[in-house]
Amino acid sequence: MAWFKKVRKPIESPSDKPSRVPEGLWVKCPSCAEILYNKDLVASLNVCTKCAHHFRVGATERLRMLFDKAWEEYDEGLQSTDPLKFIDTKPYRKRLDASIAATGLNDAVICATGHINGIETSVASMEYGFIGGSMGVVVGEKITRAIERAIDRRLPVVIVSSSGGARMMEGALSLMQMAKISAALARLDRAKLPYISVLTDPTTGGVTASFAMLGDVIIAEPKALIGFAGPRVIEQTIRQKLPEGFQRSEFLLERGMIDLIVDRREMKDAVARVLRFGTPAREARAAAVAAASIAAAAALPVSVAELAPPKP
Amino acid sequence: MPELLEFEEPVGVLLKEIEALSMLPKTPERERSIESLRRRADEIRGEIYATLTPWQRVLVARHPNRPNTLDYVERLFTNFDELHGDRRFADDHAIVTGIAEYKGQAVAIVGHQKGRDTKQKIFRNFGYARPEGYRKALRVLQFAQKFSRPVVVFIDTPAAYPGMESEERGVAEAIAVNLREMMMIEVPIVVIVCGEGGSGGALGIAIGDRVLMQEFSVYSVIPPEGCAAILWRDANRKVEAADALKITATDMLALGLIDGIIPEPSGGAHNDYDAATALVDQALSQALADMAPLTGEERLEARYMKFRRMGEEGTAFTDTAAAPEA
Repeated sequence: MAWFKKVRKPIESPSDKPSRVPEGLWVKCPSCAEILYNKDLVASLNVCTKCAHHFRVGATERLRMLFDKAWEEYDEGLQSTDPLKFIDTKPYRKRLDASIAATGLNDAVICATGHINGIETSVASMEYGFIGGSMGVVVGEKITRAIERAIDRRLPVVIVSSSGGARMMEGALSLMQMAKISAALARLDRAKLPYISVLTDPTTGGVTASFAMLGDVIIAEPKALIGFAGPRVIEQTIRQKLPEGFQRSEFLLERGMIDLIVDRREMKDAVARVLRFGTPAREARAAAVAAASIAAAAALPVSVAELAPPKP
Repeated sequence: MPELLEFEEPVGVLLKEIEALSMLPKTPERERSIESLRRRADEIRGEIYATLTPWQRVLVARHPNRPNTLDYVERLFTNFDELHGDRRFADDHAIVTGIAEYKGQAVAIVGHQKGRDTKQKIFRNFGYARPEGYRKALRVLQFAQKFSRPVVVFIDTPAAYPGMESEERGVAEAIAVNLREMMMIEVPIVVIVCGEGGSGGALGIAIGDRVLMQEFSVYSVIPPEGCAAILWRDANRKVEAADALKITATDMLALGLIDGIIPEPSGGAHNDYDAATALVDQALSQALADMAPLTGEERLEARYMKFRRMGEEGTAFTDTAAAPEA
């Protein structure tokens, strides 16, 4: 019965041996397991060349994909003061500093103006790598300023969301940023300026329940997780597993919650087409208003006289 | 005997004693000792409530006997007609809306409703509103705007309902649209947080010219248990989370996120409905009087600026790029 005692030698884990391939040269697609050459992956905007899996990309990368060339960044110096002096298992200040060092950003959003296929646009791009892209006072303030800047300069707005929601470490201050940004969007809306919301993986919580769902047009990347409550929270509530694909872009499209699903490689052109829909008429109107006001100013004494009721 | 919270134990001991004494035949001497015990109980209760921790306030805010929207509606308003349904899908029982009169003035009312006994709680979905609730609320707000009637909002919800149908029908969109549209409703909106202000589920109907919190209510970006589960990886650290999140009325006022605090009777609103109602009444009539002389446009501007200033430069954040130059 010797074969009973035979203990099979465990298969050696490959991580035991030091790899001779430099770190980051090859990337394995988490969806189709294809081994991708990193340069090819970058060239295809971090979309798997085999199965079109969309890798997460950073905020700067995103701006590079959207803008024609250089852009002007605003408010990059804004930094949270840790208003609640929040400490959980480690101080929030430490988490902030670690994220600042890791991303080179001061918080989870970059706001900039630049041209998208020739159309000047105010863009906010969120950075998931900064404390899960969470929205605290700085994200709230920067996005609000980006919208107000658009109203002042009559520009359209594009916000690319990638966020776990409101930032717990700034408590209700974070919550109120939902109201603050939505208030600015109300003014943008009444100023008849277009707002395109681009949803990327993941967009959840307070970000979804405020500006992310307020776009005149809402465009999502394929298979992005988009929802209010996180899947785990829902599973705890209903005590059962969620069906495959629940809260993914395709599900939202089917339920009528978003307008379009667009592959990242087509995103810029799709955004530009919607911007163009919102732009020419607007410019014509603005031009008409300006022309009318100049005419009115020039002709003021005359028109006042003319406005007087005709004598019987 | 009223339902007591764990930290009210010393009061409970006295109340039990009073109960035991009142079972016995009445004598003037017993009457006197009952009276003195009652005074002692009130005193101790007052002391306990003067120094509640944030977590204890969460428990008070969630107290099953705490007066809720319909309790206040019944005591403060006359001729209340509840209005139902969002005209799209259903009537959400976790948010109550309606029209009524307040001191002879027509007003609209919107408020969360949690339910008290098990049957009611299930009917009200424990105060967890679905998308329909937010859409119904907006419908009633727009109705009020059409006829220039002020709106009174009561907030008392653990959160928006985190269930499948909520997601399918777009609870995030429903809340988001309310945030945007409530900024543009020209009539006065007075918001009173009377229990739990549970994150987006609360905020979705809590945009107003005056946002007031009752003394022992709480307002939070996430329930302390949820925050503890995520950041501490242990839901039992809720006491610390409640402390860290700055959820009390005093904290919220200090952070500039609410406009005022409505005091509560000693021992909390659930201990004396009439006294609690009188204090809400006073605050509400003051708020409505403050709002009345303004034009719609002025109100909207002030409302915008109020929320615009939440999280200000210098306190909540600084501009590191704008370092003073030599």
